[in-house]
Amino acid sequence: MNPFDYSRAGTLTEAVVAAAREPTASFVAGGTNLVDLMKANVARPTRLIDLSRLPLARIEETRAGGLRLGALVTNADTAYDPRVAARYPLVTQAILAGASPQLRNVATNGGNLLQRTRCHYFYAPATACNKREPGSGCAAREGQNRMHAILGASEHCVAVHPSDFCVALAALEAVIHVTGADGDRAIPFEEFHRLPGDTPERDNVLVAGDVITAIELPPNAFQANSYYLKVRDRKSYAFALISVAAALEMDGGIVRAVRLAMGGVAHKPWRRREAEAVLVGRAPDAEQLGRAADVLLEGAEPLEHNAFKPTLARRAIVRALTEAARS
Amino acid sequence: MRVGAERLFAMAVEEHAIKLRVNGTAHALRVAPWTSLLDLLRETIGVTGPKKGCDHGQCGACTVLADGKRINSCLTLAVMRDGAEITTIEGLATGEELHPIQEAFIECDASQCGYCTPGQICSAVGLIAEGHARTPDEIRELMSGNICRCGAYPNIIAAIQRAQGGR
Repeated sequence: MNPFDYSRAGTLTEAVVAAAREPTASFVAGGTNLVDLMKANVARPTRLIDLSRLPLARIEETRAGGLRLGALVTNADTAYDPRVAARYPLVTQAILAGASPQLRNVATNGGNLLQRTRCHYFYAPATACNKREPGSGCAAREGQNRMHAILGASEHCVAVHPSDFCVALAALEAVIHVTGADGDRAIPFEEFHRLPGDTPERDNVLVAGDVITAIELPPNAFQANSYYLKVRDRKSYAFALISVAAALEMDGGIVRAVRLAMGGVAHKPWRRREAEAVLVGRAPDAEQLGRAADVLLEGAEPLEHNAFKPTLARRAIVRALTEAARS
Repeated sequence: MRVGAERLFAMAVEEHAIKLRVNGTAHALRVAPWTSLLDLLRETIGVTGPKKGCDHGQCGACTVLADGKRINSCLTLAVMRDGAEITTIEGLATGEELHPIQEAFIECDASQCGYCTPGQICSAVGLIAEGHARTPDEIRELMSGNICRCGAYPNIIAAIQRAQGGR
């Protein structure tokens, strides 16, 4: 690990000002991903600005009837919070499908959104990676790319976003609250992460000095019919090959509303409203679920080692929606 | 992380004064920002129960309890834990009396080479305190952050059930 300085932010303003003063500094909260990236010499901040003592570790009711998850609440405390588990079971299921108990006890909600891809080449500084070293090329495109993207990729990057939590947040249309040099703003979840395009070094739309303060979950009626399915190489503690967050609002046997998001397929959680529209007003039978899956996966371009992904993804979507409809 | 060049550089980088309680003993220390909690415990404080297996949070051999919660000490910067109460395998017994989970690991023959055992036991203490695992399947899932390459898993699950009073 490269040497660096350390300072602890006493207030949010202090944190934003400190980051503006030193553009090569990084914020740190739980550190479970950042410290690892620093050990691998992938992240080389000159200073860590520690946010962990800021008062952002509460889960609160919103006026709209939803929940506001503080950025510094740990993933474990979020998943096991009785209000989250009862009102947003998809969030609890997705968080508990990721990482290990030790990591979830430390990793924060804000940090989960900002974790970097686990593409092997991103983690290996001896190889070409446009995300790590813009302009150096992409070793994954012609390399070992079994875990990589089949949708929304570019010639410059085929990495996938590693988070399970974020797939649930995409489905639930969460809102990300941010404080930066220009004040506060709210970012709809689907606008938060980016596709790689020709600037894969940018995972999301934040700019230097921005601090995530909270994740807002709007109220919904998906409690009775939601399901998070994660398909991976081993049963626990592995990143997703494919994951699906499915949430339905049923009226008799008919779909009144539906949300569908996928992980393990793209640079950000993958969602298409057209796929959801297929199901609204219909009974969720095998034929309709298959049609919705086909729309969500339209344009999929597998790489050399992940040709199995479109088929696996289609089956996973149908299964997750089937489970959601019956749960 | 503790390579020579970095140690020399430490003289130019500000060290930070922190306080930790480790297994009930108070320590006032000065640490470089990049010192992990694991390195501080092992190299400075001399508590070598937590093991450096992968040093990347993947194996769980470094698991300790920080303010009662199980964490990977290798992915935690010591400076960020200023004021914390740390418990390692060395801090679980009361005098000559072993912790119930230590007893259960012996009763169930839940270790082979023993390298992962301090982390397994600290993780099991955390798991029982969390209270989310009852069935063997739930225990397996919530112990997945601790790897045992000897494959003592069945006996580890049995030991945890025994300590929970399951049988």
